[in-house]
Amino acid sequence: MEKELWKGNEAIAEAAIRAGCNCFFGYPITPQSEVPEYMSVHLPKAGGVFVQSESEVAAINMVYGAAGSGMRAMTSSSSPGISLKQEGISYMAGAELPCVIVNCMRGGPGLGTIQPGQGDYYQATRGGGNGDYRTVVLSPSNVQEAVDFVQEAFDIADQYRNPVMVVMDGLIGQMMEPIEWRPVPKRDLPPKDWATTGRKGRDHHNVINSLYMDPEECDRHNEHLWEKYALMEKNEVRWEEISCEDAEVVITAYGTPARIALTAIEMLREEGLKVGLFRPITLWPFPEDALRKLSKAGHVKAFLDVEMSSCGQMMDDVRLSVEGRKPIRYLGHAGGVMPTAEEIVDAAKAALKEGA
Amino acid sequence: MAIVYEKSRGLTDAELHYCPGCHHGIIHKLVAESLVELGLLDDAIGVCPVGCSVFAYNYFSCDMQEAAHGRAPAVATGIKRTHPNQAVFTYQGDGDLASIGAAEIVHAAMRGEKFTTIFINNAIYGMTGGQMAPTTLIGQKATTCQSGRTKEQAGMPIRMAELLSTLDGCVYAERVCVTDMANLNKAKKAIKKAFQKQMAGEGFTFIEVLSTCPTNWGMTPLKANQWLKDNMVPYYPLGVIKETAPESAEVK
Amino acid sequence: MKKQIIISGFGGQGGLAIGKNLAEAGMAEGLNVTWAPSYGPEMRGGTANCSVVLSDKPVGSPVFARSTELIALNEPSLVKFEAGVLPGGMVFVNSDVVTDKVSRQDLTAYYIPCARIAEEVGNPKVGNMVMLGAYVAGTKILKPETIEAMIQEMFAGPKAKFIPLNIEAFRRGMACIS
Repeated sequence: MEKELWKGNEAIAEAAIRAGCNCFFGYPITPQSEVPEYMSVHLPKAGGVFVQSESEVAAINMVYGAAGSGMRAMTSSSSPGISLKQEGISYMAGAELPCVIVNCMRGGPGLGTIQPGQGDYYQATRGGGNGDYRTVVLSPSNVQEAVDFVQEAFDIADQYRNPVMVVMDGLIGQMMEPIEWRPVPKRDLPPKDWATTGRKGRDHHNVINSLYMDPEECDRHNEHLWEKYALMEKNEVRWEEISCEDAEVVITAYGTPARIALTAIEMLREEGLKVGLFRPITLWPFPEDALRKLSKAGHVKAFLDVEMSSCGQMMDDVRLSVEGRKPIRYLGHAGGVMPTAEEIVDAAKAALKEGA
Repeated sequence: MAIVYEKSRGLTDAELHYCPGCHHGIIHKLVAESLVELGLLDDAIGVCPVGCSVFAYNYFSCDMQEAAHGRAPAVATGIKRTHPNQAVFTYQGDGDLASIGAAEIVHAAMRGEKFTTIFINNAIYGMTGGQMAPTTLIGQKATTCQSGRTKEQAGMPIRMAELLSTLDGCVYAERVCVTDMANLNKAKKAIKKAFQKQMAGEGFTFIEVLSTCPTNWGMTPLKANQWLKDNMVPYYPLGVIKETAPESAEVK
Repeated sequence: MKKQIIISGFGGQGGLAIGKNLAEAGMAEGLNVTWAPSYGPEMRGGTANCSVVLSDKPVGSPVFARSTELIALNEPSLVKFEAGVLPGGMVFVNSDVVTDKVSRQDLTAYYIPCARIAEEVGNPKVGNMVMLGAYVAGTKILKPETIEAMIQEMFAGPKAKFIPLNIEAFRRGMACIS
């Protein structure tokens, strides 16, 4: 298959079109504006609908309307814009509507910086809106994965009737890398007989709604949702382990820091130090069983969590899996400043000392 | 036995939850009848708001979506753009449309979204218990302006039909009320016309219905009707606020 | 083999395009490549730079503090990035714009009069191709044929008349490296 050089943001837009996305609603924000720009040109040509909304709030609600009437709908934004979308994401989870949301993350809090960041981990994995809900969160660490995951995300969303997020840092959106338009796994999907497409003779009216005035009924609805989330936890968890078989230090990282960690691991291995990478691919569901198993391995002495977040948001999940068995060090910077391979090398050596 | 009156097919058999004397029930009926008479019911998709008419999805027999507070015009945009040949409407109150959803309604009108908005203006927040709305009149008492709204504290009430009429995308805006048969008939005519213009693809259509809230106004239904005529109508004049000739007519 | 190249200049000078050309050519030769731009307000007229990695192994970090080569299209770029070039590395300086010299003794410096050569070739827009030629000849990391084939592809169809001009500029750039 021929390789093509694509910019991350444009590639995910094209990937969405190839996955049958019928409509895109978005608002400009750096560093993701190439997504709506690309969509505005190419989606109508493919028979789809593009609307530049007045705000991210409106965009996610346009997605709600379109998804509710049976469309494959998508929106994308960057961190502050994703904050504005949380209302709609919560409503979509409540009303069980499928959609794909891309967060091309920048640093925060507030306006933060337009440079790459990973400070939205809590928001993405804990449900940034109100109420008890989850979204599957896929996290690519290169443009090929971004392209593959966006395509799969539509199927995952349709299978569970739930929003799916693709969360990547701004660098993956901005960088160019060779990709192949390889086929992604397709799923058998249930018909959208719940959608509000007009009755057209149907014997009942369809209603898209997240409101349950009767608390008992709301409780049952939540139970149903949690059964669904349990299925996602069982079926959708993904991760990658590189050079972990003999690793004394395991680096946990996702997105761009995971790539930088690979460079560091190469440098460390050249010095004879056994360091590996554990990379969660789904941030939710978090691969906690796999990490727990690894933390029990005799050869693993310590963990090093590397993120583009000042406090180590994913480290909470790492801790919940490692359960105190091994020491965990943290290396991170907030948005804009990327951890360097050299820094990771030093931190891994320190972790090794600590775990010895 | 002869049938002398039938409930519209556009409504379900669910019992309305509205307070005695509230105009929502009448307005629901007018919208439902209009959809049936225009042959649009089977295709229609409605969007209801947050507020007293939050349960409208239980009452209209067409397909319905329940939107987040104020977002109905955005939700309707998502529906209509992907279902351009079907009748789409939003049904929204004054807190929903004129306050928290002001941006969504203005931009839907600006874009000339081809759906119809039924705007219920009763000058108060009903569902949450009688708080001040952007449409609450000067001097009118509410639970968040207990001595009456003042211009100094809250500004002057907003006239949504006039405001939206300044936008080219809004092709039809009319203000009506349903306090008596004559006005009720005018209201239904306006609603039907709005749907017709929507289906002709002319642009955004807006019907503002002045409505009572006897419960939160603290009046009997009859007194509330009179209060509407005496106080709301002078500030919110009835009639066609804007009507643009169809573009095809302009070409000639 | 791994090249970590910084290309930097004013926005609009074409530095990002040189980087893309290098990445495209590297990909055509079967290398692993990444191209990462600096982005933000500098896009609107300030200094813009990009980081390109060409490697025979999968690329870890697409951004880096130390480069193997620097292509400096303006003065601030040389000031900013010279210190980060690895010992033994190369610096390609656009000498029509940059009057300063490379100060470090452990680097190989090439001074390429891109604009003057582009003028001589007949179009001021082909200065980037001159620089690309210099880089290819200086590092010998990519085959000249690959670049020339890429130029053929870039200017396919109605733009075909620009092919000889660009190839000429590319070759003149290569000739700058003795």
